[in-house]
Amino acid sequence: MANPQLNGHGELHHLLTIEGLPREILVKILDTAAPFAEVSEREVKKVPLLRGKSVFNLFFEPSTRTRTTFEIAAKRLSADVLNLNISTSSQTKGESLLDTIDNLSAMHADMFVVRHASSGAAHFIAQHVAPHIHVINAGDGRHAHPTQGLLDMYTIRHYKKDFTNLVVAVVGDILHSRVARSQLHALTTLGVPEVRVIAPKTLLPAEVERMGVRVFHDMREGLKDVDVVMTLRLQNERMQGALLPSPQEFFKFYGLTPDKLALARPGAIVMHPGPMNRGVEIDSAVADGPHAVILPQVTFGIAVRMAVMSMLAGG
Amino acid sequence: MKIHIRNGRVLDPARHIDARQDVFIAAGKIVALGAGPDGFHANRVIDAEGLVVCPGLVDLAARLREPGFEYRATLESEMEAAVAGGITSLACPPDTDPPLDEPGLVEMLKYRARGLNRAKLYPIGALTAGLAGERLTEMGELTESGCVAFGQATRPILDTQVLLRALQYAATFDYPVWLFPQDPFLGRGGVAHDGEVAGRLGLAGIPASAETVRLATLLQLARDTGVRLHVTRITTAAGAAMIADARDQGVKVSCDVSINHLHLTEMDIGYFDSHAHLAPPLRTRRDRDALRQALADGKIDALCSDHTPVDDDAKQLPFAEAEAGATGLELLLPLTLKWGAELKLPLARTVARITCDPARVLGLEAGTLTAGACADLCLFDPQVHTRVTREALRSQGKNTPFLGYELPGQVRYTLVDGHVVFEARR
Repeated sequence: MANPQLNGHGELHHLLTIEGLPREILVKILDTAAPFAEVSEREVKKVPLLRGKSVFNLFFEPSTRTRTTFEIAAKRLSADVLNLNISTSSQTKGESLLDTIDNLSAMHADMFVVRHASSGAAHFIAQHVAPHIHVINAGDGRHAHPTQGLLDMYTIRHYKKDFTNLVVAVVGDILHSRVARSQLHALTTLGVPEVRVIAPKTLLPAEVERMGVRVFHDMREGLKDVDVVMTLRLQNERMQGALLPSPQEFFKFYGLTPDKLALARPGAIVMHPGPMNRGVEIDSAVADGPHAVILPQVTFGIAVRMAVMSMLAGG
Repeated sequence: MKIHIRNGRVLDPARHIDARQDVFIAAGKIVALGAGPDGFHANRVIDAEGLVVCPGLVDLAARLREPGFEYRATLESEMEAAVAGGITSLACPPDTDPPLDEPGLVEMLKYRARGLNRAKLYPIGALTAGLAGERLTEMGELTESGCVAFGQATRPILDTQVLLRALQYAATFDYPVWLFPQDPFLGRGGVAHDGEVAGRLGLAGIPASAETVRLATLLQLARDTGVRLHVTRITTAAGAAMIADARDQGVKVSCDVSINHLHLTEMDIGYFDSHAHLAPPLRTRRDRDALRQALADGKIDALCSDHTPVDDDAKQLPFAEAEAGATGLELLLPLTLKWGAELKLPLARTVARITCDPARVLGLEAGTLTAGACADLCLFDPQVHTRVTREALRSQGKNTPFLGYELPGQVRYTLVDGHVVFEARR
């Protein structure tokens, strides 16, 4: 089965998921992002790489943060940006997803940035757009959020330089997290020798070990000697019911507190994709402490998204 | 109308016959095999040189979408597809709209089907009113109107007391009950097997235990009530083993598997291919291989098409939002032959699973070629391979995970009650 993200020359045509992408492409994205991080520091934060190109942000699921960072990234590349918030409910009443895509394609878009509540929606859209249009997955259901995974890798590389001697732990709701899936694929592809997941059994996907990770249920054990701790957001609707008894109990077992973090290696960094639930998955003392690199993640996110857009549309 | 089928390879799996013989048909019945009766003058001679002459296929699960879903398929289109696939008898599940829970609906359906002069239709009546799992239907009345068994299609009976009462009542009159083995809670919201693929793709899972947990309940209640239970669409190795064990212990239980689950696994979802969105879900390779062997061993009684036409608007959507189901009537024979060839089974044993075995499950006389039996026949060329394409499918349902496959076996003639109801263009 041909990888639907790559063109005939093995180059990136869409960015739908990290899974199945060769290491060289991931490294190239990270390398391309480095000079863009610098652009963002300049007085005039603009380069003309995407001048005359139209980027459509198609958000079938509400999002402020991700949409904004994509918008900033596209504008810093001098693209024209159109934001479309298409609520899924109004869609089911009328136009089908295919009709929506056809109509927007007819408006001569060059790139779609897509967020959708259904796993596989970005693949579906990529299969049905005109061949010149590039699709970037900005989060599809529980499946993937590849630019988040990449910006996390950029952050790790920034602080730790080399992936091949690290122990990285991803903590929390892996089951429902598209961010976690993208992180795990990125970490294993980039050669991190030990990737751990830490969660209760209710929040782990079936056969998660097959993704090349070690599974821990005891957070203290799982954090021992790690270099990077990647915490995940716990959605409100998961906090009580049959998955977890309460946010308090989740915090007791899986909240990242200073005493648990003390088990990690001394220079360990702490990451979070945002928005944080303080006191649920992360203690404020950690979120605001010296190990946290959560705000740099946001800054790097713009550079990484610029890199992806320029690689796709710039050819 | 008298027909003489000559030079064919006659396959009657019920009697273990696989021999070059002529078949003589008169007044809708098979009148002789081998040598014709004295004074037999055929109105038509069919030269079956190179063809297999076998009983017409019996399909245990074909959704014809009437009443209620005529935009998906009609009785006309699907009956045409059935006979093109060599199927001469088919059972249809009760999940129409409205469901088949009233004698009038069943009579109308039977009447419409008879008028088309194609395959014979055997409706499965609803076990509970509206398939809601609360009130029993008038099974006696429904039987008189033509229902051959009672079931819920894929709808659950949540209340196990209602389930017990339904089985007791059906057992009283020896009505067979056909039930789908998926625990409604463990399977809730799921769209794929809860395993490696669903985990990676972020699809909500249906664990294998959804099948085994429900089966444990069904088999225990079948044991207690003595009902004749038919378990529809088994998908797991463990489930098939539970049924085989129960049968060894004297429980009156049979089961079937679909062509999809006999050939495909969760891996066929690939990059979210909604053609592989099926209910029940495709399982692991281990499960698939166990089902193939269990069908060969007769631990699974029959193979069915699980024909479910889904229109493009409902299929061309992201995986979880797409409707489950695949077209199957025209693929039943080719996929059965493919399975038999891959397991190196004798052709008679292969064909038994889509003729005499499902006929036994349905309690029909069909599925055999003895003198005096209804002349329901399928003549096919086992050597020809054809590619599955949307254009070639007669069914209004064009969606199947087998699109693009080259499959063996081309139906050349189908006869129902001694009439040629399908003849392939040459």
